[in-house]
Amino acid sequence: MIWRPWTRSGVLGRERTVRKEEERRRGIFTRRAAALGVVQLGAFAFLGSRLYRLQIEEGARYATLAEENRVSARLFAPPRGRILDRNGKVVAGNRLNWRALLVAEQTADVAATLETFSRIVPLADHERARIEREIRRNRRFVPVVLREALTWEEMARIEVNAPDLPGISVDMGTTRIYPEAEDLAHVVGYVAAPAERDADDDPLLQLPGIRVGRAGVERHHDRILRGRAGTVEVEVNAVGRVIRELDRREGIPGQDVQLSVDAGLQKAIRAKIQDGTTAVLLDARNGEVLAMATKPSFDPNIFNAGVSAAQWRQWTAARSTPLINKATNGLYAPGSTFKMIVALAALEARVCRPGDIVHCPGHMDFGNNRFHCHNRAGHGGMNMRTAIMASCDVYFYEMAKRVGMDRIAAMANRFGLGVDLEIELPGARRGLVPTRAWRQAQGKPWSIGDTIVHGIGQGFYQITPLSLAVMTARLATGRAVQPHLTRAIGGRPVRGSQPEDWPSLGIPEADLRLIREAMWGVVNGGGTAGASRLPPQYGQMAGKTGTTQVRRVSREQRERGFNVNALPREWRPHALFVAYAPHDNPLFALSVVVEHGTSGSGAAAPLARDIMIEAFQRLAPPRQGQRVADAGR
Amino acid sequence: MIFERRLLSRDRGAGVLEKLWHIPWSFVLLLCAVAAVGYVALLSAGSGNPEAYAQKHAIRFGFGLVLMLSIALVDIRLIARFAWLGYLAAVALLALVLLHGNIGKGAQRWIDLGPVQLQPSELMKIMLVLALASWFHRASWERVGNPLFLIPPALAVLLPVGLILKQPNLGTALITAMVGAAVFWAAGVRWWKFAGLAGLAAIAAPIAYERLHDYQRARITTFLDPESDPLGAGYNIIQSKIALGSGGLWGKGFLQGTQGHLNFLPEKQTDFIFTMIAEEFGLVGALTTLALLMLLVAFCYLVAFRSRHQFGRLLAVGLGTNYFLYVFVNVAMVTGSIPVGGVPLPLISHGGSAMLTVMLGFGLLLSVHVHRDAEMGPMRE
Repeated sequence: MIWRPWTRSGVLGRERTVRKEEERRRGIFTRRAAALGVVQLGAFAFLGSRLYRLQIEEGARYATLAEENRVSARLFAPPRGRILDRNGKVVAGNRLNWRALLVAEQTADVAATLETFSRIVPLADHERARIEREIRRNRRFVPVVLREALTWEEMARIEVNAPDLPGISVDMGTTRIYPEAEDLAHVVGYVAAPAERDADDDPLLQLPGIRVGRAGVERHHDRILRGRAGTVEVEVNAVGRVIRELDRREGIPGQDVQLSVDAGLQKAIRAKIQDGTTAVLLDARNGEVLAMATKPSFDPNIFNAGVSAAQWRQWTAARSTPLINKATNGLYAPGSTFKMIVALAALEARVCRPGDIVHCPGHMDFGNNRFHCHNRAGHGGMNMRTAIMASCDVYFYEMAKRVGMDRIAAMANRFGLGVDLEIELPGARRGLVPTRAWRQAQGKPWSIGDTIVHGIGQGFYQITPLSLAVMTARLATGRAVQPHLTRAIGGRPVRGSQPEDWPSLGIPEADLRLIREAMWGVVNGGGTAGASRLPPQYGQMAGKTGTTQVRRVSREQRERGFNVNALPREWRPHALFVAYAPHDNPLFALSVVVEHGTSGSGAAAPLARDIMIEAFQRLAPPRQGQRVADAGR
Repeated sequence: MIFERRLLSRDRGAGVLEKLWHIPWSFVLLLCAVAAVGYVALLSAGSGNPEAYAQKHAIRFGFGLVLMLSIALVDIRLIARFAWLGYLAAVALLALVLLHGNIGKGAQRWIDLGPVQLQPSELMKIMLVLALASWFHRASWERVGNPLFLIPPALAVLLPVGLILKQPNLGTALITAMVGAAVFWAAGVRWWKFAGLAGLAAIAAPIAYERLHDYQRARITTFLDPESDPLGAGYNIIQSKIALGSGGLWGKGFLQGTQGHLNFLPEKQTDFIFTMIAEEFGLVGALTTLALLMLLVAFCYLVAFRSRHQFGRLLAVGLGTNYFLYVFVNVAMVTGSIPVGGVPLPLISHGGSAMLTVMLGFGLLLSVHVHRDAEMGPMRE
């Protein structure tokens, strides 16, 4: 109601009206304000419940999240174990190097930053490809190595241009170094950045610039050499800066691996051989690989920085296959070096006695085929000893025919041919000694003619130079020695360095003695390798020559008067020689394969002699008696 | 109890000492408690170094206290007389900030007044409440029901809201509108008018969304799904929730808050100061702080109910709502309940502008309390 002074209510009424009106307004205000207050109280209650929910009900979850925010676990790489030769010489070591790293998430434009960087430190195309691949593969905060082994000048230029290079930093890492370069590449192998297929549960592989063994001992003993990653838990702030260290667990450094190889001997042998030649020298008593030399080879140091596409093409396309270790992966027919196996198989099968005479007229006829002896004139009457010494083919045609292929193959396997030798070189081939079953599995028949040809080590054989050396060591010792490269891991010798570690082959000693005497005769008794005798102070070498055709010699050629030296080099036969020395107390077992060397006695045996002399001089100097120096122990 | 004391003389000649006697000192004590919470929180935000934030906070609060007590002694009738002048001055400042304001965070919000930077939008809210209270204080129920009577105050609300939107500062504009609406509500504007306005807003919201700035839209979308962009716009909310949640019941302890001290928490000394408290002192500390702030708001209502004049009532409710909105928006923001906006927690957050304007508001509130029995003139048609 509104006050109207001209109405009857008058002044009294006015006052009453005003008071009433005031009371009404106050009442409305009180209700309205109370409603507002209740809403606001409700809002506070809502905030309280919200806090309860966050801090109590979900508190544990958020506590975990806060902890994850705060704590950052970082890995640090332990130093990779070194690889030493038997004398303790480092053949794979670590060298400190300055490297440029890029953290992709710290730069707005990776491509532009790389472009700027390559103007300061030129990047080759293959390096750029690797960098881009690593950036793609890794999470964006993981540093990627742009370039290793920076020079002082490059480092200075990077530092000066730092403002133009966001996300790029320089730090100190290690790089693998192989002082022996080509000489031990096939044994030691090499390291490279892990590929996707290498990714395993080891968190170490995520570290920038980490390298894993890709070939050889580096690969075989990768886990031992790699060690275990250390972790450090640090408290980080929002921008990732480390505030303090919370916990540190030291990694386990990679262990050193000591090899049985003598780097100096290896180098000396490689200096003597030509491209296409392979020589494997074992300690006959225990199977330790003393040298495993092949040419050509490659420089494993190149793998550190990454191999260019051109370099890779050159390596893989070359006929001489520099990347392939021909000692373990080169496959050859053993030729006459196989004859000892045939002889032992014949003795064990009792199909002949050592003294039995086989007449060699220069050939053997079987069925419609004529099998020639290398001596066209014929050797005349041959017993086992003289047949080995003269390498008479007819004698072994006859023996093979009598024994049969399967028993020859079984004997070959006992001597390490065509079986997995478990050498510490990944990818090593086991080779092949054919059997009738093997041939039949191919859907082809096995004829006795095949057996005859295989009696002189020709045919389907695929034998590695390493296994020939193993065969020789087993012939020399009668024990099933296994070839191995590892002498010690982390300073602790591994089993296998004693002859007693290896079981006997179970071949009668009389049989072995007969074979050994024949092999002695090959070199010292007027046999095929008589020109390759050792100088007397080193004792006497026993061996066996081998010459394997790489092309079939036709009858026409044979009748025209065949001169191998007139053939193109790649058609000439391979030359082989297996040997052990000294004859009376074997220390060294050796196999030499000279591709297209024409003749075992002419090319392989003299080389074998030189290698033996080198081995004696370095490992068993005559004055100190007949012992392999255990200098590496 | 403070409210038992009565002003002996109702005329404007009451002495200063007498007025001081009537100032509710327990409220001043409450304010000091809140400021002390702020001091401790800012000490932590400065990693224990008082020179970083806490000292300045204490000094500002001291100034604020003097300002508040001075205003408390000013006769409420004098304040009412100059209400519209204050309003016009605040609008002028808002306009000035649009023309010459310093750029902060992409918006023109500040005026540099030498020692302090003034945020006119803060002052605006107080002045708007004053102006609206003076508009409505002599209006009868019938008069308030007249739509024509509501046009001038509605314009008085829309003008500053528009200016603040222009800055652009969506959050403060909305808060300003809500403070104005609270006074309208308390003054007795018919409820269906509010319902109609709400309906209109619901229709207009999608259209308005289209016209929002990108960063404002981002705030709304991140609010709806903060995890959608954990390193971008949602980062603040997620980190704040982690900090709050990890505080648990009792908190990590003074200076032990990892989220705050390792800088995961953004703007911990200003907008996210409450998170800092909740992380270090847990739910107990957070609720205690919230309770103290609620008591401040409650006191505003008590003053309103005690006032014998409508001007005082409306002013007290408006100021209470203003402070309530600060608290609610800030705490709701840091708990991820509403979109993030740069709203401080006055008396606790670091920052002079909000503190001084809030103290100015409490000064007016105390003046209402001290002069609650003052004659404010007759009601008008």
